[in-house]
Amino acid sequence: MTLSLDLSHRFQGFTLEAAFTAPPGVTALFGRSGSGKTTLVNAVAGLLRPDRLRLSVAGEVLADTTAGIWQPAHRRRIGYVFQDARLFPHLTVRQNLLYGRWFAPKSPEAAQDFDRIVALLGIGGLLQRRPGALSGGERQRVALGRAILSQPRILLMDEPLAALDEARKAEILPYLEQLRDELGLPILYVSHSMAEVARLATTVVLLEAGRVTAAGPVAVMLAQPEHAQSLGLREAGAVLQGQIAAQEEDGLTRISTEAGPLWLPRVAGEPGRPLRLRILAQDVMLALQAPQGLSALNHFESVVEAVHLGDGPGAMVRLRAGDAAVLARITARSAKAMGLRPGLRLHAVLKAVSVAQENIGRGA
Amino acid sequence: MTLSLRVSAVATVVSLPLGIAVALALARGRFPGRQLLNGLVHLPLILPPVVTGYLLLLTFGRKGWVGQWLDQWFGLVFAFRWTGAALAAAIMAFPLMVRAIRLAIEAVDPKLEQAAATLGAGRFMVFLTVTLPLILPGILAGTILAFAKAMGEFGATITFVSNIPGQTQTLPSAIYAYMQVPGGDAQAARLVLVAIVIAMAALLLSEWISRAVARRIAGT
Repeated sequence: MTLSLDLSHRFQGFTLEAAFTAPPGVTALFGRSGSGKTTLVNAVAGLLRPDRLRLSVAGEVLADTTAGIWQPAHRRRIGYVFQDARLFPHLTVRQNLLYGRWFAPKSPEAAQDFDRIVALLGIGGLLQRRPGALSGGERQRVALGRAILSQPRILLMDEPLAALDEARKAEILPYLEQLRDELGLPILYVSHSMAEVARLATTVVLLEAGRVTAAGPVAVMLAQPEHAQSLGLREAGAVLQGQIAAQEEDGLTRISTEAGPLWLPRVAGEPGRPLRLRILAQDVMLALQAPQGLSALNHFESVVEAVHLGDGPGAMVRLRAGDAAVLARITARSAKAMGLRPGLRLHAVLKAVSVAQENIGRGA
Repeated sequence: MTLSLRVSAVATVVSLPLGIAVALALARGRFPGRQLLNGLVHLPLILPPVVTGYLLLLTFGRKGWVGQWLDQWFGLVFAFRWTGAALAAAIMAFPLMVRAIRLAIEAVDPKLEQAAATLGAGRFMVFLTVTLPLILPGILAGTILAFAKAMGEFGATITFVSNIPGQTQTLPSAIYAYMQVPGGDAQAARLVLVAIVIAMAALLLSEWISRAVARRIAGT
């Protein structure tokens, strides 16, 4: 299922003009606060009526203000997970989860779905409680379940993790990955955290001051040096697809990627398990010769594709390693001293790699 | 005594749906004349009760334009009947009821109603399943308050329907009547005691209900 949207809206001296298509998978709407992300998803959900909106999901037109079409929120069947959970305080967790089912089309698998989602989100022990007695992370998982069980055609998530501390985020992210991979539900995910986007997204839409400045598959988008500024320099980095190749005797896991093999401290899983790897630009060092006598285990032979000098002392370098793009953030001085130019062959040394689950088979 | 209970009960129960509707309109509605409606609802609270009673007599009396019409079409007569006492009590208690319910509605987070809409609930279902349960404590508080006010209504009642024993003599009118006759002090004191007990019971009941609801929502 695909969502496509074309919207313009003026409010408080700010103009939001956005048009994009979200293919199946997770489409991350990325931008700073105030860039219009929440306004955009509220318009998609039908909670806000913009000056002009054309919205269709899987070919069905849900809104076309120029043609006078406006489906109200409750008829759109678009699930919404809010930043602040918004559970109904007077209902138990079970009643909250079942709330949407009253209004959803009747389906014979409903009872099974309930058990499956409850198990998937690990909220079986909370069913009799009321939202007031839940922790922030638990609340957000229940809100997620509630939205999914209303059988939406697509799911909107407006910074669902922003109100949580790091530990709670880490608790929920795996559930989001599983949802993405197991339900095949298109998700529009609003975030200003690059870490979340790199981990979850299949497509990235970059929103700046009310305008879409770039959109594309996550691996391509995150490997563009020119986007580094808007994505945040510290968070800039490439995303690679890989899979577990072997568990080695000294506790390391060999992972094959499009860029070449990598060794990481044990990553659980059978050989063949797909993974998503994120390599931050600031964790990549460049060497003109093959590194010797260096403790770093992982390095790729690569070719410089582009050198992007900013205004500051830094430089962003895009490399091609095998079939993958990798970003490196170095100083402009080093770039000059090393004579970096497109076409130059060198070695990219990785200081750190983070790993997330990725089930390409059923996702995307 | 039972007459007084019946008058107050009827007054509260009949005016409750209207009270919720008006509170909803005042809290959420955006329409011209909202301030006017607000003023109209609160008028009995500020006007001398005698004035309210007199106005009721003018409109709902046998010769009044509404009263005449109701008598003709429905055979419903308010003047000098217990129904008139109920009407007077309802109008006097109405501002208190609307106020309590309106405050409760304004305390409901519209974000919860939005969430319900995204889950597929239409406006009426949102009201029934989210708004109404959340304002229930306010409705109960408003009802009890209105009931207590209706029990104690005196000025408008005596002006509108007089003070006929067995017909329109409510508890306060009875106390007043006993105080006018020599040797009626003991009788009056007994009724005063009854009035105090009823008022205290209403107050405790409303406290208890609101606490029970708060406990339920806190989930402990």
